[in-house]
Amino acid sequence: MAEDRQTLNRNLAQMLKGGVIMDVTTPEQAKIAQDAGACAVMALERIPADIRAAGGVSRMSDPAMIRGIQEAVTIPVMAKCRIGHVAEARILEAIEIDYIDESEVLSPADDLYHIDKAAFKVPFVCGARDLGEALRRIGEGATMIRTKGEPGTGDVVQAVRHMRKMQAEIRRIAALREDELNEAAKELAAPLDLVREVHRLGKLPVVNFAAGGVATPADAALMMELGAEGVFVGSGIFKSGDPAKRAAAIVQAVTNWQDAALLAKLSENLGPAMVGINADEIETIMEERGK
Amino acid sequence: MRVGVLAVQGAFVEHERAFADVGAETFEIRQTRDLARPFDALVLPGGESTTQGKLLKDLGLFAPLKARIEAGLPVFATCAGLILLAERLMGDPTVWFGVLPVTVQRNAYGRQLGSFAAMRAGGAGGGEGLDDRVPMAFIRAPAIVDVAPDVEILSLHGGRPTAVRWRNVWAFAGHPELTDDRQVFEAFCRR
Repeated sequence: MAEDRQTLNRNLAQMLKGGVIMDVTTPEQAKIAQDAGACAVMALERIPADIRAAGGVSRMSDPAMIRGIQEAVTIPVMAKCRIGHVAEARILEAIEIDYIDESEVLSPADDLYHIDKAAFKVPFVCGARDLGEALRRIGEGATMIRTKGEPGTGDVVQAVRHMRKMQAEIRRIAALREDELNEAAKELAAPLDLVREVHRLGKLPVVNFAAGGVATPADAALMMELGAEGVFVGSGIFKSGDPAKRAAAIVQAVTNWQDAALLAKLSENLGPAMVGINADEIETIMEERGK
Repeated sequence: MRVGVLAVQGAFVEHERAFADVGAETFEIRQTRDLARPFDALVLPGGESTTQGKLLKDLGLFAPLKARIEAGLPVFATCAGLILLAERLMGDPTVWFGVLPVTVQRNAYGRQLGSFAAMRAGGAGGGEGLDDRVPMAFIRAPAIVDVAPDVEILSLHGGRPTAVRWRNVWAFAGHPELTDDRQVFEAFCRR
């Protein structure tokens, strides 16, 4: 597909920056998310915490359900397909989804190959745990990256680990000599042209959000502090006591993450956060899906 | 020239770069205390207009910014910024600042698959010589479907105005800041 389409798709991610993308399962939740200030919603049948609880195989959502959400809101609507599931991605493109998340939250359909995303007109976001993984996905055509974290846990530790690692690797690449980039690309198992681009820009060539385990305004502010350009909140909102209030608080926390006094006010009386599970105590490790 | 860039959500960094390229100084407006700094112009960047509108109100920025725009503060607005300024939105009773006498249709070109770029600078072709005069990327873009008689049209695409000027306000349906062309930023700073 034309270089132009890739640029336009990177541009859409730029418009989402400084925003919060929320998981929703119904048109009503989508409206709550939009009214709370979400910059986009992720339409899915079950949020990651419930996928985790239910076990079994988790697949692309029913297109009718996704359409219902598309009709309910004016902000961009994203949806997930399984890693490597080209047909699910084509279906999502056919219903004119705004962004496809080729996601480790669903059961992978292919244990070796990711989707050739550059062959699509519709944009893709992919998860990554480090720079090499991010650049492999961008090389395949992803126009937005998010940390994987460990979805559905409410435990932010993995998102922090992934964001710190990615930022540290970016700083290292930026500091290298030109003649050291070839070796770095080999070590990262990443395309050389993209390693060169990171060296030149001092950042990823696409927008980079945080995801996986964000449950509070403070979690969101922490991820912004670590270099995220925005935040995905999955289970954290609609698994909490007062979704509308928590959603609005997280949106404001992402804008003013440097203002601790405001964060204190935003964190007051939000009701119970999602209960969460410690990321070390779980059996299904979603972050290891797709390398 | 000192430009305050609304930085509650969206592609504000891109505007900071574009204005820096033409020699302007910029700073970010995220809350009311940022308005204490002096500035000569305001940028309303691209992003999600519903998100930005809600944050403007929640953070107490809406009323003071509206007052300043109405008092003549020069404004440079793209995409979501145009929606925030429009007097009317097609099929939607929402009005934000409501200071620009135009009617805007949100997501006029459909979803992301309808996004496109019009990069032919310089007004080649018909349409009063204004076709795509301002190069822009149109990302889930709104369209200006109607303008008051005294609104000046700076650029057209497919017969529709894509850039307009009215009193102190310059507004764009697409994103000149996502291109390498800096002419419109220079022109705004020279105004």
